[in-house]
Amino acid sequence: MTETVSITCIRCPIGCDIELEVEDGEILSLEGADCIQGEEYAREEFRNPTRVLPTTVRVTGGVLPYVPVKTAEPIPKGKLEAAVEELATVEVEAPVELGDVIVENICDTGVAIVATRDLPAAEEGPVAAD
Amino acid sequence: MGGDNRSARVSLGEYIMQSETDVLVVGGGVTGTAIARELSRYRLDVVLVEKSPDVCTGTSKSNTALIHAGFNADPDKQKGRLNVRGNELYHERIQHELDVPIEWRGALVVATDESERPKLEELLEKGQRNDVDGLEILEREALLEKEPHLTDDAVAALWAPTAGIVNPFELTVGFANNAVENGASVELEAEVTDITKTDDGFTVETAKGEIDAEIVINAAGLYADEVSKMVGVDDFEITPRRGEYYLYDKQFDIDIDTTIFPVPTEVTKGIVVTPTDEGNLLIGPNAQEIDDKRDKATTRQGLDKVLNGAQKTVPDLTKKDVIKEFAGLRPAIKETGDFRIQIEEEVPGFINAAGIQSPGLASAPATAELVVDLVEELRGDLEEDPAFDPNYSGPPKVRHMSHEERAGLIEEDARYGQIICRCETVTEGEIRDAINQPVPAQTVNAIKRRVRPGAGRCQGGFCGPRVIEILSEELDIPMTEVKLEEEGSELLTDEIKQPLLEKSHESSEVNADD
Amino acid sequence: MTESRQAVTSDVDAMRREEHDLVVVGGGPAGLGAAQAAYDEGVDDIVILERDFELGGILQQCVHPGFGLEYFEEELTGPEYAQEFIENVAERGVDIRLDTMVLEVTHDRTVYAVNDEDGVTEIDAEKVILAMGCRERTRDALDIPGSRPAGIFTAGTAQRLINMEGKLPGEKAVILGSGDVGLIMARHMHLEGAEVEAVLEIMPYTGGITRNVVQCLEDFDIPLRTQQTITEIHGNDRVEGVTVQEVDDDFEPIPGTEYEIECDTVLLSVGLIPENELSVDAGVELHSVTGGPIVDETRETNVEDIYACGNVLHVHDVVDWVTEESMIAGRSAARSLQDRVETRKEPIEIESTAKLRYVVPDRISTIDPDREEIPLYMRVHAPMEDVFVTLSSGGEELTRTFERRAEPGEMVTLNVDSDTLAELPEPRLELDVVQREEA
Repeated sequence: MTETVSITCIRCPIGCDIELEVEDGEILSLEGADCIQGEEYAREEFRNPTRVLPTTVRVTGGVLPYVPVKTAEPIPKGKLEAAVEELATVEVEAPVELGDVIVENICDTGVAIVATRDLPAAEEGPVAAD
Repeated sequence: MGGDNRSARVSLGEYIMQSETDVLVVGGGVTGTAIARELSRYRLDVVLVEKSPDVCTGTSKSNTALIHAGFNADPDKQKGRLNVRGNELYHERIQHELDVPIEWRGALVVATDESERPKLEELLEKGQRNDVDGLEILEREALLEKEPHLTDDAVAALWAPTAGIVNPFELTVGFANNAVENGASVELEAEVTDITKTDDGFTVETAKGEIDAEIVINAAGLYADEVSKMVGVDDFEITPRRGEYYLYDKQFDIDIDTTIFPVPTEVTKGIVVTPTDEGNLLIGPNAQEIDDKRDKATTRQGLDKVLNGAQKTVPDLTKKDVIKEFAGLRPAIKETGDFRIQIEEEVPGFINAAGIQSPGLASAPATAELVVDLVEELRGDLEEDPAFDPNYSGPPKVRHMSHEERAGLIEEDARYGQIICRCETVTEGEIRDAINQPVPAQTVNAIKRRVRPGAGRCQGGFCGPRVIEILSEELDIPMTEVKLEEEGSELLTDEIKQPLLEKSHESSEVNADD
Repeated sequence: MTESRQAVTSDVDAMRREEHDLVVVGGGPAGLGAAQAAYDEGVDDIVILERDFELGGILQQCVHPGFGLEYFEEELTGPEYAQEFIENVAERGVDIRLDTMVLEVTHDRTVYAVNDEDGVTEIDAEKVILAMGCRERTRDALDIPGSRPAGIFTAGTAQRLINMEGKLPGEKAVILGSGDVGLIMARHMHLEGAEVEAVLEIMPYTGGITRNVVQCLEDFDIPLRTQQTITEIHGNDRVEGVTVQEVDDDFEPIPGTEYEIECDTVLLSVGLIPENELSVDAGVELHSVTGGPIVDETRETNVEDIYACGNVLHVHDVVDWVTEESMIAGRSAARSLQDRVETRKEPIEIESTAKLRYVVPDRISTIDPDREEIPLYMRVHAPMEDVFVTLSSGGEELTRTFERRAEPGEMVTLNVDSDTLAELPEPRLELDVVQREEA
């Protein structure tokens, strides 16, 4: 059975609405992309949509109670929510440096979670998140 | 400085309010706090109970902030007499005693058509009968020289130089703090739930415990009818009359120096255009009777009416540079249109100070004076407390200092060097001072009323999180328990990640059940 | 407390006095870029005055990716972008004062700054660069009627609360405004376990980039409703809900279209306002459209030796352009300090047709032999497709650039060759936008 899937291209500000005709997970045809990049994007977004996840992780003893982190590579879109849930349980100690690996393999994706800034330790005792 | 801060500071937990007092004042608005302060002049035990977490949260916080001259006061009414006397007391005493911004900017009642001139003459005559000083009619030319932004239609105006503007927050807080410094107690979050007449007075039930009082003074503003009913005096009702306002940025190209009224008509007093003590411009209010005593919502129609009304005298005003819109409720006794300040004959010992709508702010010191007379009527002559000190100062106002003055202050206390609110230049020191006053600021709005962080053009966008943090530190509560104003107005709902932990906890429980 | 008045008894000597070549007001991306460029051009006596406890400005709370594609040619998060510049100014030995608020900048470049360590410092500066950034439009500036309960936040404040303070501002939110900050906050709130009921946009189109619409809303089935706005906020203590209405083409609410959304939080992402109160007090003239100073191509304002760059000058959509612009300001201030630029006898005025909302700079007033080209930044009024932006002088076209799609939300840049400016028919440049067919 064929069905139609609509995907908005995000490669450039034009934002082409691309229609894919698919059957059993296979793309039969593709329409509406203004350029080849758009076609590539639509195929990829249909087969395996991935996203970089930006979020924060709890820190003890730092100048801030949380440190911003991201996935080092895009992870499957369907795993974003599971990833933030897993990260909610993580706690690291200050100081943290940009690029530090916070979690080596998030949600079995094989992708690491890395810190996106330096977070020095607080001078006068830890800042506790209450 | 005298006074026991502790009673006001600790609001819950192990703290128990004192169990008896000579006089109990119900309500921490400008009227109740002025009364408490005036009573603290005497050897009397005075307790003020307020239902909210701060004083000045009702009518006193949202009004036009004027000390009316009294030319429009009806000498046959209590409010007329008290307005004129109140204005005198602000001039003679209050402005010298309390470190509270009061400025005698004067007021203009502007006629925009020759047909309105007779009304000006009428007001002039009425004002002279009330002994209001310095009244005169200004003609167009003199008028426009005084206020260049006035409408071209202006033909003449009544000029009342004794009219003033006041900061109603600092005034109410000043009265309250000075009362506590002089030995009175202010109990916050102590809503009165019932009053029982006893042989020698009253037993008053509050959210913070029971207290026996010989005399009860009801200054409960919008709720004065409900408190009065508790002792069986139920022959009046308070009808909330809502007034809406626009407040403009300090950096504003329309400069207005005086308080400008249009000529009042039978239907309406008209919209006032006035500077505030901090140099903002304020316009309003309209008047609309409503049912709900908590409904301080602004409305599209109301705000439009305010702007249109203001444009009648100052046509250049638009919505540009408005930094805040708000509404206040006047606690009106519709039937009489007057204050009701009296000993209730059928319940000796119970004094009502009710129905205090405009000019309640202008009248407050005179109202307090009158209530002291009534207390004397009940108790006989009061003995003055020689330790009474009428003088009060608040935290330093770093924003009003020269650079040299600031430098000197910071050298003595570094906390005045850390600026938290950039729009209003408010320092960490001032915020911490506000929290540690005799009547403490315990909410974000309470701090804003006292020392102004968040009162500026960004309305707390930048300083809001910092103010919450300082409150949480000083009160030793989690940030998520910091309130904007009343119970239920907590600003932050949770620590981040918490909902996720709960969610994954729930789903793992579900899995376990499988 | 009562002692306060005595404490004020001023001690004139309590004030510190300093002199510096360049004072930069603000340590966000603009201030950092300006300081770095000025240093690299040979000025080493530079002070950055920053009000926060660290450098980086708003970038520190923008933990999402999408920064740096132009400048670094790789995609970074806000903190990563900031850190690069923070390290750069640190390496250059720039004097950085944190937790320091500038109280006043005078017309003759005396800067008064305050912090709790040094008290008040009076700095006599040769050059001042204003880089204070912007603030968010509030509920009050929008004139939304209703009650004033807890739970109404600007999106940026919510972003700081969540990403830096670690606090959730609410559990069930409606977001007004579909600019990028609004969209990104929708995703943040959702991923932190809060519900986002809807994103409302008064315009017929979103103010954010497509990628954010897809990745922040569509990914999580958060509805975007265009041509709708909040016309009333409800709730006495905490927000309990909002009334939403459809609007007509003049943005007036359409009677009869009202509906309610239950929520405990309203986030406002409805525009940014350059923060120019200090500038105005210094005598700097502001542009009626941008809300920022009127500047020449070096980013010098009408007040001699006072420059402005970044969001205090005009609100940028991409931080990379803030960096480019602040580097122009920093480099120019440095070159002017070293007397390496020549002032034109008559400045070249830059004008534009009604199709453009604004152009920065306003004029070209110097000659700098080492400058190859001058970028002109502009925004269109409404979305347009297949257009040329043209630059002419005295009716003669000098250059043009093609835009497949021009949107008000995305700045258009047109570079002018310095050589072109040498022989202009008249000291005036005109910018226009023409359809490809017409052209």
